[in-house]
Amino acid sequence: MVIERKKKPFRWHVLVFLGPAIIVYTMIMILPLAETLRFSFFLRDTSTQVVSFAGLENYIKLFFDPYWAKPFLNSLWNNCYFFLIHMLVQNPIGILIAALLSMVHLPGRKLYRTAIFMPTLLSFVVVGFIWKLMLSPLWGVSKGLMKSVGVGSWYLPFLGKEETALTTLSLISVWQFIGIPMMLIYAALLSVPDEVIEAAECDGVTGISQFFRIKLVLILPTIGIISILTFVGNFNAFDLIYTTQGPLAGPNFSTDLLGTILYRTFYGQQLQPGDPNMGAAIATVMFFIILTGVAIYLFFIQRKLTRYEM
Amino acid sequence: MKHYLSSGIAASLLLGSASFAFAASELTIESWRNDDLSIWQETILPAFMKSHPDVKIRFSPTAPTQYNAALNAKLEGGTAGDLITCRPFDSSLDLYSKGYLKNLQGMATLDNFPDSAKGAWSTDDGSATFCVPMAAVIHGFIYNKDAFAEIGVEPPKTQAEFMAVLDKIKEDGNYIPMAMGTLDQWESATMGYQNIGPMYWKGEEGRKAIVAGTGKLTDDGWVKPFEVLADWGPYLGDGYEAQSYPDSQTLFTLGRAAIYPSGSWEIAGFNKDTDFELGAFRPPLPAEGDSCYISDHTDIGIGLNAASKNSEAAMKFLEWMGTEEFAELYSNAVPGFFSLSTHEISLTDPLADEFISWRKDCQSTNRSAAQIVSRGTPNLWNEMWVVSANVINGKQTPADAANQLQKGLSAWYEPQMD
Repeated sequence: MVIERKKKPFRWHVLVFLGPAIIVYTMIMILPLAETLRFSFFLRDTSTQVVSFAGLENYIKLFFDPYWAKPFLNSLWNNCYFFLIHMLVQNPIGILIAALLSMVHLPGRKLYRTAIFMPTLLSFVVVGFIWKLMLSPLWGVSKGLMKSVGVGSWYLPFLGKEETALTTLSLISVWQFIGIPMMLIYAALLSVPDEVIEAAECDGVTGISQFFRIKLVLILPTIGIISILTFVGNFNAFDLIYTTQGPLAGPNFSTDLLGTILYRTFYGQQLQPGDPNMGAAIATVMFFIILTGVAIYLFFIQRKLTRYEM
Repeated sequence: MKHYLSSGIAASLLLGSASFAFAASELTIESWRNDDLSIWQETILPAFMKSHPDVKIRFSPTAPTQYNAALNAKLEGGTAGDLITCRPFDSSLDLYSKGYLKNLQGMATLDNFPDSAKGAWSTDDGSATFCVPMAAVIHGFIYNKDAFAEIGVEPPKTQAEFMAVLDKIKEDGNYIPMAMGTLDQWESATMGYQNIGPMYWKGEEGRKAIVAGTGKLTDDGWVKPFEVLADWGPYLGDGYEAQSYPDSQTLFTLGRAAIYPSGSWEIAGFNKDTDFELGAFRPPLPAEGDSCYISDHTDIGIGLNAASKNSEAAMKFLEWMGTEEFAELYSNAVPGFFSLSTHEISLTDPLADEFISWRKDCQSTNRSAAQIVSRGTPNLWNEMWVVSANVINGKQTPADAANQLQKGLSAWYEPQMD
């Protein structure tokens, strides 16, 4: 039968329809990515300006020269910590708020939903500036606020202390982005069918245990997606640190993330000459870190998540 | 469609050549000092054109943060102005080695400037100078005269007196002794280490020794200023660790702090923003009778675009920049930015006059990390920001800080390798 069938003409319209998207995507995503990778294999001589092929030299320097490896690993570790705080604070609180919002009897639901989502729409620069001002030891409100609830002695110049700066910035970022997990989970919770809930109630599963045993299980895939979005966002973070702590991500590089070290390396900083080739190497490593994270999720976690037909 | 496109191209070509023809008839100065636009248009250029009626000249600034990138693009595309405002040291040296700036060695006007000024725009071996020095900024301390009178203290001369003054202000309690924060780190290195340091490392002598490899950053002269900085912490405002540069400026101009470790570039802004009387004193001497060194950092120069079609006219302007007329005109028009020429000039702004008067008794030097020694990894200047802030924050001992700088420098800088 197969042999008898007339050969189908090539479906040109598929190419025509796909073409624009492929061309645009290639031009603005794939080509720059390939260019970055190619760039990272070259070296520019600072005195003669001659660019020459250097193979893996930039990468070897990045991982084994102590003056590159130490700041790089420091920023990698800081970035992991930044991500960890988001996973431990942003996502659980996001789920909690979504769960509260999805309760039927909560008054002012829409107001809360909008208010909590609002900061996500603000620019990093605005968020950084507002928080810097609020936490400022000179003009900020935080000192007075803490005093009024009796914990004034706990006040510190949070952004200026090595021990607290990164945690503070992570929490600022959590404050800004908590709306995203909240919204996604809120939507997922709303789509849990009533029959399932009713069946659970018939079996005597109510309240908190209903949430953990029924709803949470059903929204696990959404939580997975949120985790991966958080991961990608956190490992690309840069703006908040740059606007609050400056290009050197002080104090003592304690808030240096991969994004800030990339920026400094690529564009330079005052007397530090920019080194686009080394910058490209860092960008490539960042790309692979994110790629690995996403791959681990896709191949090992997402496959184990059971999706329930709802 | 094609028709429109080609006519569009033709039109833009026409426009392009028209503007080119326009540019050929007058000189253009590329600059990042957009704050000074009106000063150039209304004061400096008219004065020049009065004595040189045959030359027309235009000041065309770009935003400071975009200047380097924009200038590079213009030079590569061949559309840059005839006169190029030069950043000090490596970024201009880079332009020269790429062939964009003309070698001005041998111009008579250069004899009006001391070597320390020309050094910022010369090749490492000093064989070529490619920009005429224009302005420098001087480090020092600005203080609130009213506050000093109220508390009854005099501007200090020596380090011991300086600490005594700080103690007195702190005791009085009405003012924060010093307005400085460590959040931006830049302040710690510039207003801190580079401000007081030259007194200890003996200005150019110490700086050149580091460049030549005969001195080390762990020598006494380089550790001492860190030891002085380590004592500053208690005299800064509460929570100074999270205080940024604009915070410090505001704190001082609001009259809440008595002393502001700073530089002359603040003069114009402070004159405008304060309603109390301002004074300035130079960095305290380590001990009575020591010789005096100040950071007189070369900041702005002007060079000649190697591709300029009007180089003759442009040279006239460069020659004029070495005259006393320019020095006095410029330094008065932009208080806080001082001409680098050797002419003795008088300034009408009392604060600026105080700053420039230090040149008489003190020897000038550049910021120690500016020339040559910040070319490698780790970057010495960045490291200075970080360790200076660490020392003030009490997170690192002065000896440790100096060690870190020396170790970093000797990792890549040949003359410093063991």
